[in-house]
Amino acid sequence: MDAAALGLVRRARWRWPEVVLWLLAYAALLMPPGKFLILNEIAILALFALSLDLILGYAGIVSLGHAAFFGVGAYTAGLLAKHVTGDPLAGLLLGAAVATVVGFATSLLVLRGSDLTRLMVTLGVAMVLGEIANALPGLSGGADGLQGVTMGPLLGCFDFDLFGRTAYAYSLTTLFLFTLLARRIVLSPFGLSLMAIRRNPLRAGALGVPVNARLIAVYTLAAAFAGTAGALLAQTTAFVSLDVFEFHRSADVLLVLIIGGAGWLYGGIAGAVIYTLLQDGIAAFTPQYWQFWIGLLLVAFVLVGRQRLVGGLYAMLGWARRR
Amino acid sequence: MVRRQLAAALAAVALLSSAAQAEDAVKVGLILPMTGQQASTGKQIDAAVKLYQAVNGSTAAGKKIEVILKDDTGVADVAKRLAQELVVNDKVAFLAGFGLTPIALAVAPIATQAKVPEVVMAAGTSSITDASPFVVRTSFTLAQSAVPMAEWAVKNGINKVVTLVSDFGPGIDAEKSFTERFKSDGGTVIESLRVPLRSPDFSPVLQKAADAKPDAVFVFVPSGQGAQFVKQFVERGLDKSGIKLIATGDVTDDDQLNGMGDVVIGVINTHNYSAAHDSAANKAFVDAFKKANAGMRPNFMAVGGWDGMHLIYEALKMTGGATDGDTLLAAMKGMAWESPRGPISIDPQTRDIVQNIYVRKVEKKDGELYNVEFATIPNVKDPVKAAKK
Repeated sequence: MDAAALGLVRRARWRWPEVVLWLLAYAALLMPPGKFLILNEIAILALFALSLDLILGYAGIVSLGHAAFFGVGAYTAGLLAKHVTGDPLAGLLLGAAVATVVGFATSLLVLRGSDLTRLMVTLGVAMVLGEIANALPGLSGGADGLQGVTMGPLLGCFDFDLFGRTAYAYSLTTLFLFTLLARRIVLSPFGLSLMAIRRNPLRAGALGVPVNARLIAVYTLAAAFAGTAGALLAQTTAFVSLDVFEFHRSADVLLVLIIGGAGWLYGGIAGAVIYTLLQDGIAAFTPQYWQFWIGLLLVAFVLVGRQRLVGGLYAMLGWARRR
Repeated sequence: MVRRQLAAALAAVALLSSAAQAEDAVKVGLILPMTGQQASTGKQIDAAVKLYQAVNGSTAAGKKIEVILKDDTGVADVAKRLAQELVVNDKVAFLAGFGLTPIALAVAPIATQAKVPEVVMAAGTSSITDASPFVVRTSFTLAQSAVPMAEWAVKNGINKVVTLVSDFGPGIDAEKSFTERFKSDGGTVIESLRVPLRSPDFSPVLQKAADAKPDAVFVFVPSGQGAQFVKQFVERGLDKSGIKLIATGDVTDDDQLNGMGDVVIGVINTHNYSAAHDSAANKAFVDAFKKANAGMRPNFMAVGGWDGMHLIYEALKMTGGATDGDTLLAAMKGMAWESPRGPISIDPQTRDIVQNIYVRKVEKKDGELYNVEFATIPNVKDPVKAAKK
């Protein structure tokens, strides 16, 4: 085995903080009801951020329109449940599949140009899709949202309850499986080639990495992840509105990823936890002015520097490992 | 042994305290858009709810009424999550607020599932009360305003109209019910224009409306967008083209009316509430509201919030403090009272509001613009649901 392969094997080893994180997340299911809904929201946002991380953190594709795929997945799952079948897994798969197709089709657009072009193109794609949904009120429900989505029981026996316990278990398991998948992908030679492209596309190409093919592959994959997150939202809230395509969704997920740290498998999860809890906590105190405090905290956060905060965490982990 | 006793004692204390809490306080989950495009709606209703509690005390039927305000940011799935949390965590006895139709509709299944009354204080699409047997409305429906507008227009020599509405539930309701009545009374609708709800640009549709050369343009835009609409109406020169502006009262919203300037003087509109409504109840309401909110004038959203609180208080008094959904609903159905807007009641069949609709004209009084009422159509039921039967 050569050095690079050895390095991958070493990095792919499971660390105990990871195991503890997942155990804790699942242990939360045993809690008395009351917090499942927000946990469910966090799990969905984390999956969405993980999807963005694949293209931004690993492949270096900046996007301001990632909600496009989230929305496609949400509407697909919602429409399927409304008109065909309420089976959640079927909706999840179809949502991911349709988002994959849209992702593949639009990946050809992001190949062109620089970061700025990509920002504009991704933003445009999301706006176009949102406007299509807006212009087809018969299909999408228009500004009133898609009404009459009824979900069947999960796996035929777990109903989606008012407390959201089933919803959280469902979203968490989906997040877990997709994190495993993402972990496998980024810790492979394919993942290494993505990072090479992010650092220097020209050089990666000169080394024999098929840059465009890799970018198309990862963009399509990320679209599938985002579509799955959208489908989860549609199914666990039994509702879809035009809001799933809105700019603020794309912007929020970018914020989440920046808070948590891009290019790190758990960045999306960490960011989703921090962002959602902050927003919920502050909004409980001041429903009118919470955005002010979130804004202030974000500025402070960026000024202090995530590296310093996360670096501190790493140092602690390193210390724990050495012992 | 000691440990077991301690555990039992703790459990007993926990039980007692939760039972005591349940007996002492009745919680009302108030879900409003406090940020985002519809923030003005949230601000008005929140202020009215606070005022109601300040004027009438915070207890009813011997119980403390505790209002928990949540910001839905105008987004339906957030509102749905908040409603679920309020029901599950805070054990609210009422869900109230709901600034926009999609939000009221998204929360309706939770009201049904949890058997919690959903008091709609703002949203105005007719179908909301059909979405759950636990929905009660204290605001208005668009058809209630639009139908009298159509009747008035035909009687006053307006024969050709272009309609212009926001493209969502209430707008489509307004367009449909106006058009139906206007046509059946002998008028012609030349063109039906719609603008998107979010970040609308009125210029292109106003140009189309001007090109069609109607007698009047009939307009609905939700509360908060009226000022922007009027600005573009003037910029396009429609005010000088001889085309009349007729509207539902959402457009000449009391909250923004003064900022629209003198161009709106003479605009005829129909609605359920004007801050200039001539009654002792309204005068007291407007004075108290202005005093408590640094001079802000209450609009029809505020009065919807005020009456929603009244409904909650009176229902609790009737049930003697019982908070199960079915009993509360039974108490609310058919309830009638004198609101700042005039006499209103809850239709026992549809759980929708029955109220007077006023034909008003924008006039200047004491240097301020007001919707001055000059005709009353008494006890209007929602025409959409009335037509279904």
